[in-house]
Amino acid sequence: MLKKMDIMITGVGGQGVVLASDIIGETAIAAGFDVKKTDTLGMAQRGGSVVSHVRLGEKVWSPLIKEGEVDLILAFEKLEAARWSHYLKPGAIVIINDYEQPPQSVSLGQEKYPSNDEIFAALKRRTDKIYLIDGNKRAKELGNVRTLNIFMLGCLAAFAPMSSKVWQESIARRMPENIREINLKAFELGRKEIESVRIGTH
Amino acid sequence: MKKTLQLLSGNEALALGAYHAGVQVASAYPGTPSTEILENLSRFKDIYAEWSTNEKVAMEVGMGAAYTGARAMVSMKMVGLNVAADPFMAASITGIIGGLVVITADDPQIHSSQNEQDNRHYARLAKVPMLEPSDSQEVYDLMGYAFDISEEFDTPVLFRTTTRIAHSKSIVDVKRERIVVNAQPAFLFNPQKYVMLPVNALPRHALVEKRMERLAEYCETFPLNKVIWNKKKIGIVTSGVAYQYALEVFPEASFLKLGMTWPLPQKMIKDFAAKVDKLIVIEELDPFLQDNIKAMGIKVSGKEFIPLVGELNTRIVTESSIGAGLVPESEKPEVLTPAQGLPRRPPLLCPGCPHTGIYYTLNTVGQRAKLLESKEPQEPKLIITGDIGCYTLGAYPPHNVLDTTACMGAGIGQALGMEKAGVKSKIVAVIGDSTFLHSGITGLVDAVYNDGHITILILDNHTTAMTGHQEHPGTGVSAQGKETQSVDIESLCRGIGVKDLKVINAFDLKALRAGLRDSIDREELSVIIVRGACAMQVRKREHPRKVDAEKCTQCGTCLKLGCPAIQTADGKVYIEPTLCAGDICQLCEQLCPQKAIGI
Repeated sequence: MLKKMDIMITGVGGQGVVLASDIIGETAIAAGFDVKKTDTLGMAQRGGSVVSHVRLGEKVWSPLIKEGEVDLILAFEKLEAARWSHYLKPGAIVIINDYEQPPQSVSLGQEKYPSNDEIFAALKRRTDKIYLIDGNKRAKELGNVRTLNIFMLGCLAAFAPMSSKVWQESIARRMPENIREINLKAFELGRKEIESVRIGTH
Repeated sequence: MKKTLQLLSGNEALALGAYHAGVQVASAYPGTPSTEILENLSRFKDIYAEWSTNEKVAMEVGMGAAYTGARAMVSMKMVGLNVAADPFMAASITGIIGGLVVITADDPQIHSSQNEQDNRHYARLAKVPMLEPSDSQEVYDLMGYAFDISEEFDTPVLFRTTTRIAHSKSIVDVKRERIVVNAQPAFLFNPQKYVMLPVNALPRHALVEKRMERLAEYCETFPLNKVIWNKKKIGIVTSGVAYQYALEVFPEASFLKLGMTWPLPQKMIKDFAAKVDKLIVIEELDPFLQDNIKAMGIKVSGKEFIPLVGELNTRIVTESSIGAGLVPESEKPEVLTPAQGLPRRPPLLCPGCPHTGIYYTLNTVGQRAKLLESKEPQEPKLIITGDIGCYTLGAYPPHNVLDTTACMGAGIGQALGMEKAGVKSKIVAVIGDSTFLHSGITGLVDAVYNDGHITILILDNHTTAMTGHQEHPGTGVSAQGKETQSVDIESLCRGIGVKDLKVINAFDLKALRAGLRDSIDREELSVIIVRGACAMQVRKREHPRKVDAEKCTQCGTCLKLGCPAIQTADGKVYIEPTLCAGDICQLCEQLCPQKAIGI
């Protein structure tokens, strides 16, 4: 079993990044790990770039992951995967939700949203293990696009040293009853999805 | 797993630690990164918790409570302590009866502040003890000591966290249960202690100095000041989150880890220094520990290689220590540059934000676009002094509508100062409702009293939005959810003597333009209350707007609103239906010259 794992979750304010990283932390504690997590939100509104560091291991000191030592990036938005590529360690895993939310500078025509090639080129400086998944579509099919974050956790779970049962328990604990079932389904769907997605198919 | 293990943020651990330590009265004004402390405390119904009008009042509420023997806690961000500095200094000299703990949450790296001040200096200035945790467990544990120290030494205790402590989560073993020391507080007559006339204050000063001598003894054996012996080639004195980075970079060094950073344990430090070959300090921001250790006559280095500016992290500590020859070159991380050319994603005003319409109006009436085009600095046709809140984001494109932002409530006084200095342009001050009640009122009184002709825009979204929607005196709801008397901003302005007062719907562009023009042309002071609910508090979002592709000429006018829902793809404008606020806003529909936007 892995002794330590440094996970970075990236996305846009409002996508549920912080809740997802909380659940990873709580799951890791339940599995007996030491955990630290920290969110960098900048100012508090929606729409800005969000990144969350989650570190688990026997003993964790710094809450921030050192550049070049991230084991896995879970990106809720495509551009936000590339933005943190310099944090990856060689051979790390990158799971990207195939979804574009253009920043305002792009809508105003001042800057260009990067192409898939540009995004992958940034990541491939460190790794080829890139999984592109259609999270928003799957979450919508499930009936609620807001389950995206738990679907993404399902994808991550395939690589994390915690069992499905522990994941399900901590998700159930965090979700109010009316959305508990749909989120548990989203988690399972994510787990299955990642198995069917081949790396390097893009 | 023991049931007592919880994953808590520093702020959550702080609230729980204070609750278990028997806090009875808690007061605060919201400010990143301190806000969640009072939010968490307000959920305990067996204590009193309030959002105060500002940090100064919060401190005074805390003092009053502590004078009666109750345990009280006051929390604020670091610049809040500037506002509260007057009563904080007074609390130091009078001392307390019940424990008084003052939380200062500092913001290295300026994640969400206007400066990077290091509030450890306040402990020395005010002559009070200071505690500094390095993770959530220490936050919780130190809260167990804070009130006891306060009561034993008759002093407020300064408790200093930083953003990285306040907003990081780590495991906390919740060991204690709530104990209330003094269940029936009472105020006892004692003017020598509480009435700071010169005749009483001078003897109190002598007591303060005695208190610091006793604290200097106490800190030598304080359990969270500890020496961790390892190899003695390098000895590191550190505190706060810097301890965590130092541990990763110097796994073989010996540490003097301080949980109490004022006063400093002189004997402990001298003893530690004598036993190591080289003494260094690793600390964020100012050389607070380093300068004070130097003053003890001890040879020490730190800020010669550790940066003064910004938050530290493991990489920065590694690289700067390599530079100083303390870590071998072989440890140098092979670091990639961030991917180049990616569009930035700064925080924005939300879709349906009630500030969008007035900012579009200020931008166009003030011809602000010309300012950016001009190569030489020029005086804006309409000078706009700003303030602190979501609306500070109006400084970014496409609005570009703020000329100043300094501190809470500063905009009104600044506007008056510019007018009295004799500038030729019209001057507008922009301030939010919570900020106006915090410290804008006195500025308005000054402007009315001194016959200012400025225009003051009070952007009233009926909440403290920036910090996450806290109640304030204008909302009529307390921190603990009780209905209460709300301050009526119109009556308040009228009572101060404002003659020209307008209230305008934040989503009516025509009325905003007409009202603004009328006010700035007047030879008298004018207040416009721009009223509209914060979009994040409006649940009902019906009928997202659509762009009729046949009518749209791609003129780009709607994009100037800066609404995140209005986007372009392949050169064509569209409105993202999941983001559009719909009926509550309709600004783009009002603005479109082609009438191409509708349901």
